[in-house]
Order: sequence, then C-alpha cells, then structure tokens
Amino acid sequence: MEVNKKEESMAVSGFLLKERVLRQGAEARVYRASFLGRSSVVKERFSKKYRHPVLDRRLSDRRTLQEVRCILRCRRAGIPTPAVYFVDYTSHCIFMEDIVDSVTVRDHIASTQRRSDPSSALEQLVPLAAKVGRVLAQMHQEDVVHGDLTTSNMLLRKSQDPAELGLVLIDFGLSSVSALPEDKGVDLYVLEKAFLSTHPNTERLFQELLNSYVASSKKSSPVIKKLDEVRLRGRKRSMVG
Amino acid sequence: MPVVIGFEGSANKIGIGILRDGEVLSNPRRTYITPPGQGFLPSETARHHRSVILCLLQEALDQAALGPADIDCVAYTKGPGMGAPLVTVALVARTVAQLWGVPLVGVNHCIGHIEMGRLITRAHNPTLLYVSGGNTQVISYSERRYRIFGETIDIAVGNCLDRFARVLKISNDPSPGYNIELMARRGTQYVELPYTVKGMDVSFSGILSFIEEAANKMLASSQCTAEDLCFSLQETLFSMLVEITERAMAHCGSKEVLIVGGVGCNLRLQEMMGVMCEERGAKLFATDERFCIDNGAMIAQAGWEMFRSGQVTKLKDSWITQRYRTDEVEVTWRD
Repeated sequence: MEVNKKEESMAVSGFLLKERVLRQGAEARVYRASFLGRSSVVKERFSKKYRHPVLDRRLSDRRTLQEVRCILRCRRAGIPTPAVYFVDYTSHCIFMEDIVDSVTVRDHIASTQRRSDPSSALEQLVPLAAKVGRVLAQMHQEDVVHGDLTTSNMLLRKSQDPAELGLVLIDFGLSSVSALPEDKGVDLYVLEKAFLSTHPNTERLFQELLNSYVASSKKSSPVIKKLDEVRLRGRKRSMVG
Repeated sequence: MPVVIGFEGSANKIGIGILRDGEVLSNPRRTYITPPGQGFLPSETARHHRSVILCLLQEALDQAALGPADIDCVAYTKGPGMGAPLVTVALVARTVAQLWGVPLVGVNHCIGHIEMGRLITRAHNPTLLYVSGGNTQVISYSERRYRIFGETIDIAVGNCLDRFARVLKISNDPSPGYNIELMARRGTQYVELPYTVKGMDVSFSGILSFIEEAANKMLASSQCTAEDLCFSLQETLFSMLVEITERAMAHCGSKEVLIVGGVGCNLRLQEMMGVMCEERGAKLFATDERFCIDNGAMIAQAGWEMFRSGQVTKLKDSWITQRYRTDEVEVTWRD
C-alpha cells in the first residue's frame, strides 16, 4: 500500500513537471493542466526547504486537508468556489476547476481606478464591494473562515451582463472551520489591512463592504464587535486620543 | 552637504550617530542590561539613559572629529517606544538644537530602521520585514507611504523571545535574543509548538503561553533540553515570519526582501529567508548588529532624508508619542 501511494504521487509530480507554472504563491506552485479533458489548475504544496521537515510536513498535511474541506463546505452552501476534481494527499496536490475568463478583484479595482477619476471609480466599485460583503457574510454563516482574504484571492468572471457580478472565492489554503466571532473578526481584519494597503484611499469602499456584510448576516454584530477589538489590540494602536 | 546628528532611545538602547550624506561618521551606543529573569522598566531605563547621554554625545562628536558648529540638523526619535526613555532623549535633542541654533526633525523609529537598511544594503524597492522587541511588520512602499501589509495581531516576535528567555533565566547580556540564538545552534530535537498565521498577519501570544506553561515541566522530566526549546521556538517563529514575508512578496510581485530591526541580525532568520528567496528567484538584503539593533545613525539617516525634502519639526511640535504607526508618515523623499 505504501509503495503504491508513493508511485502514485511520483506519477503526479512527474505529470506536473511537464505542465506550465502559472505562479508561485507563498506555499504552493500553481500549474495549468488538463484533467480528464477539463481545463484545470493544480495547486502543489511543495516542501519548503527553509522550515523544519517535521513542521513542513505537518503544515502541508493539515492545510491540504482543510483547503479541500472548506471548499466543499462552501460549494454545498452555494458559495462560488472552484470545483475540486482530484486530491493527492501524499504529494499535497489539489486538482481543481480553472475559472476561465476571469480577473482578480485586485486587478479589476486597479484598472477601474486607472480608467476613471477617483470619485467616479469608487462609485463604480460600490456594487462590487457590496457583493464581496454579501458573499463573505454567507461564508461566515457556514462557519468557514478563509484565513487569507485579499483582493488577489477573489476572482470576477467576465460576463455579458456587467450588472451581474460573478464573484468566485479562491485559495482556501489557510482556511478553517470555526463558529467563533473572534476568528471571523480576524478574517475581516486581515482583509481590511490587505485591502487598504493594496488599494490606497479606498476606505469608503471598504466601509461599503462592511455595511453589506452586516446587512446580509444575522450573526454579524458579535463579529463586527470583535473586529473593533482586534483593531485595537497589541501593537497596532495609534496614538490618537 | 548637511551633517545630521541622530538621537535614539526608544527602548533599552541609547545611541547617538552622526552622518554626512550617507557616510556614518560615528555611531556609539549603550545598552541598559537587566538581571536574568527581568525585563526593563520605563523609569529605570530612562534613568540609565539620563546617566549616559551626555558622555555619549561627547563621544559621538569626538569620534566624528566634529564640533557643534559642524552640525546642520538634529534628528530625534519621536516614537513609537517607551514614554520615559523617549522623553529623556527628546529633551536633550531639543536642548542642543536650540543651543546650536539648528533645526530639529522628529523621526518615526520604524522609518529610521527602514531608511538605514536601504542606505546600507542599497536595496531598491524591497518588501520589508521589520522585526524587533516592540514591532513585527511586513511593509511595502507605494504612493508615498510605507504600507503595512502584515503584522502581529498581539505581541512582537522580539517580545516573545525576550519573555521566553525570562522563563528559562537566560542572560540579558548582550541581549536575550542573541543568547537564545547561540543556544538554539546546539538544539537537535524539534518540539512541536502552535503555529498561527492569518494571511499576512501572525500571532505569537499563543506560542508564548504554551511554552511558558510547558517549558519547565518538559525540562524537569528531561523530555528535552533548554537548547531544544530555543531551537524549536526559533524554527517555529521564524518559519511564520518567512511565510508572511513570502505571501506579501507574492501579493505585491516583489523580488527583493530587506530585513530590519533587532531580531533581523539573527543569522538563522537570515538563513531561512535566504532559502525562501532562492526558491523564488528573489534577493535577500540584511545588515548586521551595528545597524539592525537600535542606533543613532538610523535616526540621523531618516532625519537627513526628511530634512533634505524640507521637513522640520517646530519646537512646539517636538513632543514624543508612544504609538506612532509606520504608515502615518508621509514619505516626501521617495518617488
């Protein structure tokens, strides 16, 4: 059994060798490949040489498992995420649906800001911010905590009808299942910082996102309370007042 | 060709440095060292700084072979840091600026680290990891601000190391972090510890509580040695730091990393960061203890940049602040 497993995972890495690396994230290489005739992306958590082998193994095992688990949980609840086709837990590879014809929300915001003047760009982006807030509220209702919310980890399908926003959440590599408002509050805090540092002068847009989050979820008030707490915690307080 | 003198004393180090256009003319420093098992308290640290600051100022001028008439600008740390030590140093800086009739510039301590790192390494536009006793931040520059992409959501990495050192009564001379680094080199067994990364943010308080609770029990039952604990703690903390730095690089599309701050002179951290950089075709920049650890030259360098771009601090604005975020400063000296 052990031998079989090894051979199989060697087959997977051999297969990946021939494919094109799309990008290298913080803990995985992402390839574009064909899986039984479907266009797919493969996320390979390769061994990180900088960390201790015991720690490396523990993180890769746990994160691969959590990622698949949380994607499935979201999909069951109707939250758009890529379909998982195949998982190899030995080589830590996940084969999933390629969201073709899409841009990251990050690029979309940047290009909208380039195209128009600041205030009208913000105006155009309000529906998107509201949509992100709604989808995140729904995800938190399902007790999925994404763990790495950034505008790079959200895709927008290009569609005929621009009013219809096809938002897809991706990269559940640090996700977990938790019902605690604390974890959800930190999830939003992580997004807030990534959002505002990536997209300068969009405080109003992020506020729209939060408003929509609050309006879309019955369980939101303890989460927002935690978010306020996390903002004030530790070293990141500013000396105002 | 302005000559700038910088005063730093936001924590247990006090330093005065003199710079002329990127050239360090002098940079003496003193450290307030407490007995093993004890941290440094604000009032006692301030008393230490008061007792050495004038000798240090004389030393800085003598080593640079300059007199007060040669100084064009006085820079001091405005914050963040401990209140009493900051006040002590600001008072002396304010006084000499008036005695010598030169302008005063209040510098953000974090910006001092960043600008000194950039000066020494010549890194162009790196992703910055700023790690010290009071701060843990992953920073990237854009549109006139050093923007914080990731940071600790509770205690700083250096604080976690220092407090662990107190549990094991590791010596604070020359610094607890350095002694942990030396002990970690002799550790062999990896003890599993909590690992908490949230996107580009990290949390260290859980690890500290775990190890504070477990350390003495594990040592008493000979499950592991103190060296093993130092080794495991470093491996875990630094893996988290390298991971969030890499995530920020992937997010920003950056190919350079610069490590600054006191913990940044840890060779194991530099080694791990180097391996990560190699894996993704990026370049690592780091400095040694002279410039990583708090010093006066870094304040002089940031002050020089600010002074050059027309920023001065009026006497009535020359106060200090314990909380002063890196991204509050408008960077007027970079494109």
